[in-house]
Amino acid sequence: MKYITVIMSSLKMTLTAFMFVFFLSATGQDTAEETSSESGSGQEEVIPGADLAKGEELFKSICASCHKRYEKAIGPALHGLTERREMEWIYKWIKNNKKLRESGDQQAIAIYEEYNKTAMPAYPQLSNQDIDNIVAYAEQPKPEPKQKVAAAPQGGQAGGQKGSGMSTEVILGILAFVLLMLSVVLYLVNRTLNRFAEANGVPVKQEEDKEPRKPIWVAFAENQFLVVITVVVVLLGVAYGAYGFLMQVGVDQGYEPVQPIHYSHRIHAGENKIECKYCHSSARVSKHSGIPSLNVCMNCHKQVNEVAEETATAQYSKEFYDKEIQKLYEATGWNPDEMAYTDEKKPVKWVRIHNLPDLAYFNHSQHVTVANIECQKCHGPVEEMEIMYQHSSLTMGWCINCHRETQVNVKDNGYYKKIHEELSKKYNVDKVTAAQMGGIECGKCHY
Amino acid sequence: MKTPNKYLLLILTLGLITGCADDNERNYQYFPDMYQSQAYEAYAESELFPNQTTALKPAEGSVKRGWMPFEYADNEEGYQRAKKELENPVPYTEENLLKGEELYGYYCAICHGDKGNGKGWLVQQEKVLGVPSYDDVGRAITSGSTYYVIYHGRNLMGSYASQMNRKEMWQVTQYVMKLKRELEDKDELPFDKDTIKNKQLFSTSDKLELTN
Repeated sequence: MKYITVIMSSLKMTLTAFMFVFFLSATGQDTAEETSSESGSGQEEVIPGADLAKGEELFKSICASCHKRYEKAIGPALHGLTERREMEWIYKWIKNNKKLRESGDQQAIAIYEEYNKTAMPAYPQLSNQDIDNIVAYAEQPKPEPKQKVAAAPQGGQAGGQKGSGMSTEVILGILAFVLLMLSVVLYLVNRTLNRFAEANGVPVKQEEDKEPRKPIWVAFAENQFLVVITVVVVLLGVAYGAYGFLMQVGVDQGYEPVQPIHYSHRIHAGENKIECKYCHSSARVSKHSGIPSLNVCMNCHKQVNEVAEETATAQYSKEFYDKEIQKLYEATGWNPDEMAYTDEKKPVKWVRIHNLPDLAYFNHSQHVTVANIECQKCHGPVEEMEIMYQHSSLTMGWCINCHRETQVNVKDNGYYKKIHEELSKKYNVDKVTAAQMGGIECGKCHY
Repeated sequence: MKTPNKYLLLILTLGLITGCADDNERNYQYFPDMYQSQAYEAYAESELFPNQTTALKPAEGSVKRGWMPFEYADNEEGYQRAKKELENPVPYTEENLLKGEELYGYYCAICHGDKGNGKGWLVQQEKVLGVPSYDDVGRAITSGSTYYVIYHGRNLMGSYASQMNRKEMWQVTQYVMKLKRELEDKDELPFDKDTIKNKQLFSTSDKLELTN
């Protein structure tokens, strides 16, 4: 009995010892992982008692408009600040740098002169603790770029090539292979059965034994009814084909040219939810929707000089998109290191997609501002388009169809009030369509 | 051996026809006389013009009808002066405010947020950072400074003068100041009664632009 308890206790001891070692190693691993994910080589305690999370929040909401941590922006990079300045000086500078400059502080005046007298706003609302947090966040060493999983690194290099059709092609190939195998199997089975029949002495019907049949085309020609039906069907088919062929002449539906810069509407209008009219601002007020000038791109891309990891897809890699942003910088002559424009500009030769024939007049502001029509009504799901294409046919029939179906929005619209009342009396309807208001008169679009 | 050849021919012709449909090329046109403009179209390519484009800058020194110089230069001194003395000439009416709200939704809300607290969608996604709230004490924005920043841009914000005209920028300014009052929990201002404020600030053509 005693013997057994001794064994039991020694077993327990080893077990606990094992558990203890395991626990140690596990926690050790945990902390190691935490630090590596945060900064790469362990957190630096620059300022004791500083809260990095709060610092990060403040930095991103207040400082990041002019300062980056590791690069120069409008103002200097904030990393390494504590080596350059005393904390007391930093407090004074951030809370009211103008007062500090006016007090004759040499350091303050020097940095003001160095950055072309760009004044930093005062932040009297920040406490010393807030500033400690921000500085501690800024002093975190630069994180190592994460090792990328080798997933589709070359996908985007092919430019405008389509990769989405791959899966259907593979499926079709498999189906064809299965079909081929089936026919081979059928042939083999047939041959084996014949051999069996032969071996067992069962007579197999042989085609050659019979009289030669009448050829099928002679039989067909002799049947007049069939001939007439066939001629009618063939003529109808040809007419249908010819009609379809003629109707697509001059129609550019599905036109999807390769643009000089791979601009993705999916990212801008879809993921980032930027309003169409942010860039195509002239659609509100003029005939043309207009290609935005590059200064509109630079409103955001002064700051956004690379895409986020999540933006990349299997088809287009992050490197591919980053290269496209560099093309924008080349075109505008923007130097991202100096944060300034050079004089070397290169206009971008965009390819126009939607183009009405010269014989038709179309006005964007009439549709966008007056009629309040969504851009997607004509241009399709632009927010899902990686590459822009022409969604609608832009034919006259297409225009007129919409004018017949669309009811004019007369609510709170003084401009239409009187004519709407009179027209609804004339047509004896509640709501007036664009066509009933004269939207299909020839002279409205052709003059 | 005759029939298989025929099928091959059929497949080849079909392939030839479908192969012509290329998404990268425009379709052919029948009698394009009235399809393509005889006059030069804007932004078109042409050998006749410098840089091979029909888009040209206006002749040097030309002035747009109704254009008025903005007297506050794009520098720190101009900003401070605008902040101190520039007033909103557009009357504070419901119509102007609604227009300002609409335009704010197009151009500003994506970064500054619907409430003006600097938390727009792009900021939430951490694509654009450092957008201040309108009630930031250090900046203490005024009508004049807001208009100045929309007109010239400041720090990382670009100029919006190419996307809106002067009246629209003032309408947005009006809405921004309303958001600022809301953030500061201040009382709402009553709407103006006169249709044209500060008459001395505008010429006749200017009044046209601002009242239209």
